[in-house]
Amino acid sequence: MTLKHMWVAAGLALSALMMPSSMAAQGTIKVGVLHSLSGTMAISETTLKDTVLMLIDEQNKKGGLLGRKLEAVVVDPASDWPLFAEKARQLLERDKVAVVFGCWTSVSRKSVLPVFEKNNGLLFYPVQYEGEESSKNVIYTGAAPNQQAIPAVDYLMKDVGVKRWVLEGTDYVYPRTTNKILEAYLKAKGVAAADISVNYTPFGHSDWQTRVAAIKRFGSAGKKTAVVSTINGDANVPFYKELANQKISAEDIPVVAFSVGEEELSGLDAKPLVGHLAAWNYFQSIKTPANDAFIKQWKTYIKKPTRTTNDPMEAHYIGFNLWVKAVEKAKSTEVENVLAALPGLETPNLTGGVAKMLPNHHLTKPVYIGEVRADGQFDVVSKMPLVPGDAWSDFLPVSQDTEADWVTLKCGNYNKKTKVCSGQNYK
Amino acid sequence: MVRTTGPSGGRWLVSLLLAVVLLTSSGAAQAPDDAFRAALAELPTASFVDKEAIAERLLASGHRNAAPVLTAMLEDRLFARNDDNAIVVATAPEDGATTLTLLDPVTLGSAGTSAPDGLTRIGTNNRLRRFLRTAVARFGLENVDPSVRLQAVTEMIRSLDESTVELLEQRLPNEGDARVRTEITFGLALAALDSGEAPERLRAVQTLAARPRSDVRNRLAALIERDAQGAVPEPDEAVRQAAAAAVGSIDSARRRYAAIETLFFGLSLGSVLVLAAIGLAITFGVMGVINMAHGELMMLGAYTTYVVQTLMPDALGWSLPVAIPAAFLVAGGAGVLLERTVIRFLYGRPLETLLATFGVSLVLQQTVRSVFSANNRAVATPAWMSGTLQVNDALAITYNRLYIVGFTVAVFGLVLIVLKRTRIGLEIRAVAQNRGMARAMGIRSQWVDAATFGLGAGIAGVAGVALSQLTNVGPNLGQSYIIDSFMVVVFGGVGNLWGTLIGGLSLGIVNKLLEPYSGAVLGKILVLVALILFIQRRPRGLFPQSGRAAEGL
Repeated sequence: MTLKHMWVAAGLALSALMMPSSMAAQGTIKVGVLHSLSGTMAISETTLKDTVLMLIDEQNKKGGLLGRKLEAVVVDPASDWPLFAEKARQLLERDKVAVVFGCWTSVSRKSVLPVFEKNNGLLFYPVQYEGEESSKNVIYTGAAPNQQAIPAVDYLMKDVGVKRWVLEGTDYVYPRTTNKILEAYLKAKGVAAADISVNYTPFGHSDWQTRVAAIKRFGSAGKKTAVVSTINGDANVPFYKELANQKISAEDIPVVAFSVGEEELSGLDAKPLVGHLAAWNYFQSIKTPANDAFIKQWKTYIKKPTRTTNDPMEAHYIGFNLWVKAVEKAKSTEVENVLAALPGLETPNLTGGVAKMLPNHHLTKPVYIGEVRADGQFDVVSKMPLVPGDAWSDFLPVSQDTEADWVTLKCGNYNKKTKVCSGQNYK
Repeated sequence: MVRTTGPSGGRWLVSLLLAVVLLTSSGAAQAPDDAFRAALAELPTASFVDKEAIAERLLASGHRNAAPVLTAMLEDRLFARNDDNAIVVATAPEDGATTLTLLDPVTLGSAGTSAPDGLTRIGTNNRLRRFLRTAVARFGLENVDPSVRLQAVTEMIRSLDESTVELLEQRLPNEGDARVRTEITFGLALAALDSGEAPERLRAVQTLAARPRSDVRNRLAALIERDAQGAVPEPDEAVRQAAAAAVGSIDSARRRYAAIETLFFGLSLGSVLVLAAIGLAITFGVMGVINMAHGELMMLGAYTTYVVQTLMPDALGWSLPVAIPAAFLVAGGAGVLLERTVIRFLYGRPLETLLATFGVSLVLQQTVRSVFSANNRAVATPAWMSGTLQVNDALAITYNRLYIVGFTVAVFGLVLIVLKRTRIGLEIRAVAQNRGMARAMGIRSQWVDAATFGLGAGIAGVAGVALSQLTNVGPNLGQSYIIDSFMVVVFGGVGNLWGTLIGGLSLGIVNKLLEPYSGAVLGKILVLVALILFIQRRPRGLFPQSGRAAEGL
C-alpha cells in the first residue's frame, strides 16, 4: 500500500467515523440548557435544568418536533457571570442550538444578552425580574414587576391595611430596581416618605439582629406595617430565624417575599415562618388537573417524592410549550421564523389559565399571594386574574413613556412621546 | 349604638331563648349541637372572611366544645374528611405517626383514624389566626396555670373590646397571681383611656406611664396630638399634662433601652468574631502560621453539628452539648493531619504556607460539596436556644445570642487556662518563644507543633458549632469568616489572646453602632478603612508583644 493509498483509506475511515454524528446533527433539533450546575446558584438552577430535560424527554416520547428528535445540550456556567456569556457563545456558535433555556439572576441575563443579539439566538428566561428590558432575542417567561411586586403591594394595602412599608433587599440590580418602582408606586398611592424605609444588605448577610430590631421599631408607630422583601439567596434563612427569635409574627408584621418559594422552604423548618407571604404566578398547592399531572410527572422523573415544584419551573413549562407551538406553526426552527410565530400564541398554564405571548416578549400571568404553611407549602389567600406583563414600568419617570413591541413597532425601547426607538441592542 | 339598643335587644334575645327552650324542651341538648354542627359544615367551602364569621358564631353558641374546636382550627388540626365531607378534629400527631387520630367535633368522641391524604385541612390566614388566638385566649383566663392565664391576658390586651374588658374586669378580683394581676390592671387602664370620667382617665394615664411599650406610647400620644384645627382629643387639662409627661418618660426609657440593645448586639457580634478568631490567634498568633483553611475548619465543626443532629433526631436539646466535643475532635484531628502532612514542611515560609493552606481550603470545600451536596444543610435550633428573654417592656434579648456570648467567654477562659496553667500550655509558649532553647530543655517541639495546631483547629471547630446556630451551614461558611478572623487577630495584636478578645468585641460594637446610620454594607467598609488607618499607625495592633516573646516571632 502506497502512502497515497493510506491517506485515502484514512480519509475514508475518518469520514465514515464522522458520518453518523453529522447525520444525527441534521436529524435532531438541538436545545441548549444554560443553567448553573455548580456554585452558589446551583441550588435553584439545577432544578430548572432537570425540568427542561424532562420536557424534552416528554416531547421526544410524543414523536419529537417536525418529525425530528430533540437533543439537549447542557453546559455549566458555574454561577460565574462572565462564563455565562462564554457558554452562550459556545451554544450558539459551535453547537448551533435552535433555542436556549437558561439563566436565573438578572446579572447573568445581562451578561449573555449581547451574545444572543449578536448571534441572533433565542433565549427563554424563566425567572421573575426587575423589567426595564425587552430584547428581540429574549422571551421573558417569568414575571415583570407589574405581575408580582405591584399586585403584592396592592394586596397588602387593600386587604391587610398596611400603612407603613419596609423595603428590605439584597444589594444588587433586581432589588434596587424593584424597590425604586415600588417606592414610586407607593408615593403615587399617597404613602408619605416617612412611612417608607428602604434598606439593603450584602449577599449572604447573616447578622440580622440590628435590621430586625429596626423593623420592629419602625413597625411600632401604631400603623400596620409590612416588609416587602427582595432578599435573595440563603440570607433569607437567618433573616426569618431572627424575625421568629425577636417574636415578630406574621400577624404583627407580615413579610412578603418575591424570591422565596417552595424550593427555598424545602430545606428549612417552616414553622416559624407560618403566615409570611410570597407572591408568585404559580404555587405547587394550587389544585388543577394540569398541575397534579405536572407534579406527578416531576416526582416520577426526578425519582424523589419529596421534591417540590415552583414558579420558575412552570415558566419553563410554559416557555417550552410556546416554543414547540411556534416551531410547529412556523414549520421551522429558524430563530427569525420562530420569533415571528411567537407573539399571539397561547398555551395553558398549570393553574387553569392561559399564558399568551405578548408583542413585548412577556406573558399574561395570574398573580397569587400565598401564606406559608407549616409544611413549607403555600395557602393561596388572594388571586388576581391574568395580568399582561409590562416590560417598562409605568411608575418610573425614565420608563413611563417607553414601550416594547416586536410586532408592529419592531422595537424593544420605543419612546411614545418622542417616537424614537433607542433600540435595546447592546451592539 | 350597641349600648342604646342594648335593653330592647336583650329583651328580644330573652324571649327568643325562651321560645327556643319551649320548642325544643324535649331535645334541649340537641339544638346547640345541631347548630354547632351546621356552622361547622359550612367551613370547607367558606372564604376566610366567612370562616371568621363562622368562628364568631361557634364562639357565641357557648357550646362546650367551642374552645377545643377553635384551638384545633388555630393549630391546623381541623379537617374535612374527603369521603363524607364531615368536619373532624385531629389530635396532635405523635412523631413519626403516619395516620391521624380523629375526633368528632361535637361529642369529642372517636371518629376513627385517617391518613393525611384523606383529609382536607380547614385553612386559615393571618387575620383569621389573629381572631382565633384572641378567641381561644378567653378560655385560658380561668386556667389553673398562671403562665397560661398571663398569656391569655396578654393576647386579650392586643385586641381590647367591650367583651374582653368585661371578662378582664370579672377576672381581676379572683386573680391570685401578682404578674397576671399587673397585666390585667394594665389592660383595664388601657381601656379606661376611653372612659367618660376624667379622674378615671388620669388614674389610667398614671398606671400606664410605668410601661415603656410602644402601643402605650402611641395611645397616650394620640390623646394630646393636635389635629388640623388645633383641637386636642383629650378635654381635661390635668390628664393632658399627665399624658405629656408619660410620653416623655416612656420615650426616654425607650431610648435608653435601645442604646442598651445596640450595645448587646455589638457584644454578640463581637463575641462571634472573637470565637472565630481564638483558634486563629493560636495558630497564627502563637505559631506564626497563616492558615487560610481556618474558615473551613469552622465549617467542619458546623457540619459535625449537622451530622450529630441527624444521628440523634430524638434528642435535639442534647445535640449541641454532644456536638461541641465532637466538633473539637473532628476539626482538631483535621488540624493535626494538616500540620503533619503539609504545614510542617513549610515552617518559616509564610507565602508557601498561605498558598498551600488556601489550596487545602478549596479541597475541604469540595469534599464537603461531594459528601453533603452543594446545598445548605438545615441545622435545627434547640428549644432552649430560641426565643427571647423579656427583660422588660422595652428590652428583649434573644437567647441564642445570649448563649453565644456566654459560650465565647467560657471558650476564651478555657483556652487561657490551657495556655497559662497546664504543662502543654507551658510547652507551647516555650516553643513559640524560642524553639532551640525549648528543644534543648527536652521538649519534643514537633509534637508540640502538632498539638498547638490541633488545639487551634479544634477551637475553630467549636466556633463552627456556634456559627451553625447563627448562619447557613454550607460549603461557603468558612469563607465569610476568614477575613473577619484575620482582622480581629491583627487588630488585637498578634500573639496576644487578650488583644483578640478586646479587638473582637470592640470591632463588633463599632460595627453595630455604625450600622443603623450607615447600613450594613457601608458600615463594614468604614470599619475596614478605620482598621487600615489604625494598622498604619500601630502595625503591631492594640496590644503588641514586647520583650523576648516578640523576638521569638
